[in-house]
Amino acid sequence: MNKSIMIVGVGGQGTLLASRILGSALLDCGYDVKVSEVHGMSQRGGSVVTYVRYGENVASPIIEKGEADIILAFEQLEAARWIEYLKPDGKIIVNTQQIDPMPVVMGAAEYPEGIINALKAAGADVEEIDALPMAVEAGTSKAVNVVLIGAMAKNMAVVSKEKWIDALKASVPPKFLELNLKAFEMGYNI
Amino acid sequence: MKLFLGNEAVARGLYEAGCRVVSSYPGTPSTEVTEFAATYDEIFSEWAPNEKVACEVAFGASVAGARSFCAMKHVGLNVAADPLFTASYTGVNAGMVILVADDPGMHSSQNEQDSRHYAMGSKTMMLEPSDSAECLDFTKRAFDLSEKFDTPVIIRLTTRVAHSRSTAPVSERVDSGLKEYTKNPQKYVMVPANAKVKHVVVEQRILDQTAYCEKEAVENGLNKVEYNSKKIGVITSGICYQYAKEALGENASYLKLGCVYPLPVQLIKDFAAQCEKIYVLEELDDYIETHCRKNGIEVIGKEAFTLQGEYSQSLISKVILGKESESLKTDVNIVPRPPVLCAGCPHRGLFYALKQLNVTVSGDIGCYTLGSAQPLGMIDTVLCMGASVSALHGRNAANPENAKKSVAVIGDSTFIHSGVTGLINIAYNATDSVVIILDNSITGMTGHQQNPTTGKNIKGEPANAVSLEKLANAVGIETVIVVDPYNLSETKEGIKKALETDGPAVVISRRPCALLKTVKHNPPLKVNPEKCKSCKMCMKIGCPAISMKDGKAHIDFTQCLGCKVCSQLCKFDAIEE
Repeated sequence: MNKSIMIVGVGGQGTLLASRILGSALLDCGYDVKVSEVHGMSQRGGSVVTYVRYGENVASPIIEKGEADIILAFEQLEAARWIEYLKPDGKIIVNTQQIDPMPVVMGAAEYPEGIINALKAAGADVEEIDALPMAVEAGTSKAVNVVLIGAMAKNMAVVSKEKWIDALKASVPPKFLELNLKAFEMGYNI
Repeated sequence: MKLFLGNEAVARGLYEAGCRVVSSYPGTPSTEVTEFAATYDEIFSEWAPNEKVACEVAFGASVAGARSFCAMKHVGLNVAADPLFTASYTGVNAGMVILVADDPGMHSSQNEQDSRHYAMGSKTMMLEPSDSAECLDFTKRAFDLSEKFDTPVIIRLTTRVAHSRSTAPVSERVDSGLKEYTKNPQKYVMVPANAKVKHVVVEQRILDQTAYCEKEAVENGLNKVEYNSKKIGVITSGICYQYAKEALGENASYLKLGCVYPLPVQLIKDFAAQCEKIYVLEELDDYIETHCRKNGIEVIGKEAFTLQGEYSQSLISKVILGKESESLKTDVNIVPRPPVLCAGCPHRGLFYALKQLNVTVSGDIGCYTLGSAQPLGMIDTVLCMGASVSALHGRNAANPENAKKSVAVIGDSTFIHSGVTGLINIAYNATDSVVIILDNSITGMTGHQQNPTTGKNIKGEPANAVSLEKLANAVGIETVIVVDPYNLSETKEGIKKALETDGPAVVISRRPCALLKTVKHNPPLKVNPEKCKSCKMCMKIGCPAISMKDGKAHIDFTQCLGCKVCSQLCKFDAIEE
């Protein structure tokens, strides 16, 4: 049976890197893998989503409503936006960071409250993570994505920790490796 | 093994096929093909000023005997359509391949056009891969077919093929060297006498290619027939094949068309005769469906699906099998998150100045199109690349009074692409138009490509840089004013002066893109809550780093790049370093 993982967030948060690391770690474990990315305009601070699918033989690179086994959400509102894509028995890992969308910045809308509880009430298996302070502690707020990859790794026993770290090493510049390994461990050891 | 982005796999195919010259203009979702091609030293790669130039470069290289290539997004093929239609007549010397990437669902485009019509219109063979392995394989086949049939060959991708990753087997490069060029005006000089002869050749070529698609293409796997359950027959191509396989698996039989122009007739008839119910699965227009109907083949197509947006496995599953997945629901009010100008974007200050001047803005294609979004809301029209300049001239020709309160905004790369011709028109046909060139030293929206104004080529090596000031002077624009959009009063005064000047004027709003790695940022700014009076002036520029927290303005330190545009708006000096 093919498995489907969605990574959702705000353009600029590093969701693309996360999906690439996940994709190459899964490939390294012998799975057929397809990853679908979004480039271009929506990357400019918009809502972004990438899909990772793996199994014996994967045809479609995309994921539709009710099909995701795991959603890794880099931001709360984005978790709520994409929750319909989760299988009723799926798991959603949510970074509790909040990034105001432009209608909220302008005062035309309120950032919704109680998102985590609403996700739980909908029946989702929710894991909350406050990744931003961990990333800052690891060395930079930009490492939020790697903290979250660590949290994801812990939830995916099909890939050994070594394979995750190999994929991470292959994807980040050597001078930032130490920082990123620290961020990964923080997410992994929550 | 590794995962190849579809576009990366095309580039690998170029390398393996012995391609020697690549010329393209960036455009989502096609851009990465040429970026990856430029990583191979064996290939002469370049960013051309626009798609027409790129296509003509590829033509010239082909005639000179080099396998050649150009890539563009769907709307780029509109620009390159002129060389395409006649290159179809001349044919090639060495193989020539044109890649066009369509964007169903408009992830990053201004329309949803279906480029398959261009293959039919220009009578040019078109292949459509469905994953990265086929991207690589079909690219190599395209060169062989180009030489076999003496024609350019188009490869059509859609966003989900171009921007998905899957495995692709690689092999060594085969470079058969430059083919000899022999002067042959009957073939390469398209004057009416020669073109009349060539048109006959083109029509015969389509018949030959159709025969190839009926038989040889099936034998070599370009067109594929897969029989499973014959209750449902699916005729499809590209990404829809993958969606259909995911949704229907072995509950359906498939005719997968790797070549979408020309389309076979007998092959489709034979397949249809074997299956009880035939569905055509294709995004955008009813292109294959119309072909089937024209040939008396009964199919179900757009009446059950859609002409808009993307297909998916769930759409196919719902329509054909009547199955829908269960999904979770919440009562959370999902606030939209549209794309915005980045924190620190130099365009923000420029648009704020335009807002203060209350002008009508003729817009163009690039990151700055986001200046149309609230709270700036400062763009009145967006049509296509370069149209800001020509349309402003039209507006001012319609009523010269407009010239005092209208401007065009266009990026450096878009200006070179096709804005400069409009500026020549303004100077020549004399309207008092004010054109603002947003010079951020890069092609931004497509992900930072060099262009003829940046002083670097595709490999980042030093290159000639067009001087926008001198170019404007040379075409006859005497008034050229340069402003720094981080300085709000300077920017406003500069534009005001240009509007008040008699005759046409160019304003260059110059400040490099804040996301460029070479740009040094200031430390993030902070709001002093003691001084903040909650007037929300700083929020009028729509910076994503600024929001209200506990009744006071708040700056997100993870986003702020310290551009200080907001602090120029604060009357209480509450925004501090």
